[in-house]
Amino acid sequence: MSELEIRGLQKSYGTQPVLRDFDLTVEQGSFVSILGPSGSGKTTLLRVIAGFERADHGSVSLHGEIVDDETHFVECQRRRVGYVPQEGNLFPHLSVERNVGFGLPRGERRGQRVSDLLEMVGLAGYAQRFPHQLSGGQQQRVALARGLAIDPDLVLLDEPFSSLDANMRASVRHDVRRILRDAGATAILVTHDQDEALSLADRVAIIRDGRIRQFATPTDLYAKPSSPELAGEFGDVNFLKGVIRGHDVDTPIGRLVLDDPSSLMNARDGASLLVLIRPEQIVLTSLASATASARVLHTEFYGHDAVVKLRANFDGTTTLVARTANAKKLPDHDSEVGVAVRGGVVAWLDESAS
Amino acid sequence: MTLAPTESPTSLRRDALESLSPPRRRRRPKVLLGLSLVVVAALALPLAFLLIEASGAGTSNVWHLIWRTLTATLLWNTVRLTVVVTVLCAIIGTLTAYCVERTDLPGRRVWAVLVVIPFAIPDFVVSFGWNSLFTWVAGFRGAVIVMTLAVYPLVYLPVAASLRGADPGQEEIARSLGATRVSTFFRVTLAQARRAILGGCLLVALVILAEYGAFEILGYQTFTTEIFSEFTVGFNTASACALSLVLVIFSIVVMMGESSLRGTGRVSRGGPGVQRVLTRQSLGRAKWPVVLAFSLLVLAALGVPVGSSIYWIFEGGAHDLVGESLLAAALHTAGYSAAAAALSTVMALPVALLVIRYPSRWHRLLTRTTFLVLAMPGLVVALALVYFSEQHADSFAYQTAPMLVVAYALMFFPLALVGVRASVARAPVALEEVAGSLGVKRLGVLLRVTLPLIAPGLGAAFCLVFLSCVTELTATLILIPNGVQTLATQFWAYQQNLSYGQAAPFALLIIAIAALPAYFLERFFDRRGVRSHDQPRPNVRVLSRSVTT
Repeated sequence: MSELEIRGLQKSYGTQPVLRDFDLTVEQGSFVSILGPSGSGKTTLLRVIAGFERADHGSVSLHGEIVDDETHFVECQRRRVGYVPQEGNLFPHLSVERNVGFGLPRGERRGQRVSDLLEMVGLAGYAQRFPHQLSGGQQQRVALARGLAIDPDLVLLDEPFSSLDANMRASVRHDVRRILRDAGATAILVTHDQDEALSLADRVAIIRDGRIRQFATPTDLYAKPSSPELAGEFGDVNFLKGVIRGHDVDTPIGRLVLDDPSSLMNARDGASLLVLIRPEQIVLTSLASATASARVLHTEFYGHDAVVKLRANFDGTTTLVARTANAKKLPDHDSEVGVAVRGGVVAWLDESAS
Repeated sequence: MTLAPTESPTSLRRDALESLSPPRRRRRPKVLLGLSLVVVAALALPLAFLLIEASGAGTSNVWHLIWRTLTATLLWNTVRLTVVVTVLCAIIGTLTAYCVERTDLPGRRVWAVLVVIPFAIPDFVVSFGWNSLFTWVAGFRGAVIVMTLAVYPLVYLPVAASLRGADPGQEEIARSLGATRVSTFFRVTLAQARRAILGGCLLVALVILAEYGAFEILGYQTFTTEIFSEFTVGFNTASACALSLVLVIFSIVVMMGESSLRGTGRVSRGGPGVQRVLTRQSLGRAKWPVVLAFSLLVLAALGVPVGSSIYWIFEGGAHDLVGESLLAAALHTAGYSAAAAALSTVMALPVALLVIRYPSRWHRLLTRTTFLVLAMPGLVVALALVYFSEQHADSFAYQTAPMLVVAYALMFFPLALVGVRASVARAPVALEEVAGSLGVKRLGVLLRVTLPLIAPGLGAAFCLVFLSCVTELTATLILIPNGVQTLATQFWAYQQNLSYGQAAPFALLIIAIAALPAYFLERFFDRRGVRSHDQPRPNVRVLSRSVTT
């Protein structure tokens, strides 16, 4: 059973729509990131799931039970959703221990469960401290322990790492990931940080203007982006124009294999395509064996790999970026090299061509 | 999944879009709304009874009653005094606030305390202090001097707070754009403080309209003194009520005037945490004249009332009678005032929570109606309660302690609301949401999160009402239980007999008791404006900032 199911969700503030036609399904035990720029509706989404706001239209179900639709509304108190806000939002008048035990029944507020949780987040000795005596990362971990204390079915993390400095961010991030996995909790993380979303989540939902653009695993987001714009956001890109030929595509640097021809089922043979080639797919060869050639503009050596910028000879203007791992010898500046493409490619119908 | 759509999701969605059914509303807590309505209804009681009684008497009868007692002198006296004192207070309050907050005045921190203390001295004590020493302080001239000295802190306090909160960088920018120091003061500094000045002037005008004791001592007749003597000397409740209606209309006109002048401009700041270090204006050669002016002000507003009380203790003789009644009166004053302050604060809580946590036009309107009580002078509230108890509750409540406490609580409710509302607004709603998502019920959230967070605001509201009750005279004289004396009424009794030596210790004790909460208040409001030194505050500030982003 899916932990969370959102269907046709709409939410506006005044006349300003924030979420529209929003669908999302989160499986039990998974870690999902919602990635989008500020103002894209991420926080609103979490607030609706937590029950702080009511949806205008559509439905939200937790654990198969409808918590928000035209007729039902379950208050946040009864949703068992752990919420970890952006800046921790610890209760400033309560000690760490009392913050963590806040949601527990009276008898258990100072018991074993609280000390277990504090141990889990690595703050065993901090029970009697007050929030203002903790660093930002510690506050964040207390907030997490507090959210987990009520044994929630779902944990919502609202940009929990954005208030931390860069050094601390990576370690707190992976602590949190481990803690959530140990607790077996389903989690939704809202963030505008691409690295954070890709490195932590099982699946990432890209959200723009209140709509989901793509919901996929991090590897699929890179390998099979749903649009050229999204492709450009995750890593470097080369775009070439091409023409579809059955399951292949003809490009100026040769005939390439389409990764997923079914996505272009509607395209008639000979239609113009926009073809995505990732830099690491471009292989530099000797001139003699190549179907296409290019002139080296410049090279950047990074140790573990190197980037070669090329100008394609087929039209003399298109630039290509190639990335080569373990390069023992880089081509000379201004020399001519052969160019080939390794593996299948992703392509979209080229709307500008027609 | 219990959802079994009979239509495809897309068509459902389109329906939802096209039908444009109104957005679903979150449940508004009925308890909160119910309590707020009870409070608002209680506050409307005095006005409602005035209207009911007036309409019962018949319009022509009311007009007759009003015209019989209303003379041109009375109107002229009231209006010219209100205008002159309000203008003087605006000037003195604004200039002192500017000098303390924005210039290099020597001894600023001491002056900041000294110029506020008169706030804790009842108007009738200031009046007694001056009039008993200098007989020429009487009539219109006396009323202007006494009232200006007694109430200018009502302008000083909000203006100082707004100058402290406003961005001093704007003044530097104005100077860099070529504005002179004087034109900067008028075009930037005053503009920043405009709403605060107007708000202060409103309070000053309302206080003058409602004042009784000070004018009685000075032999100056206004509306309120006339109503009072109609009631106590002439025992003519009907005509007192009819005149009260005119007084209330006066006050409402003043309030409407203030709100129409206030405008919608806001004092903005650059952004969180970007406050520039304040470079203070140098007073230059004006430095020592300004210090002299401050000294004279403090001498007149603080030195004369206190000094003259001390003088009369030594000159007046017959102290032996006073000791025991002093203690009894102090206990009564403290008891009634504390009860009223607690009641007022408790009443303000649901209204503040409703308007801040569930903002809507209707809730704001509801809150605003409670400020109408400001336009109801204590005398009118007291008369309305008396009239009510005579007509509808027989002798059950008239001149009993609960009646007096309720009258205080109603009169000073707006003060309590201001304090509570400000602190609720600053308590981050995110904390309450988190508490809710942790499964804690609404009442638990209120007790375990909201109340601890707003405790300082509740304390401030309590102090403000307590202080006002201690210094209240008019309603107390009418509603005080038989055979009981408070500090104010006992002072009044001795003063009326010209037993200054016996009255003086009561005056001093009132000042002492009122100064205590005033001190706490000063600290509370100071904390709001300036970065504080104690630890938890910055954290709360960060939290509250996170709510706004």
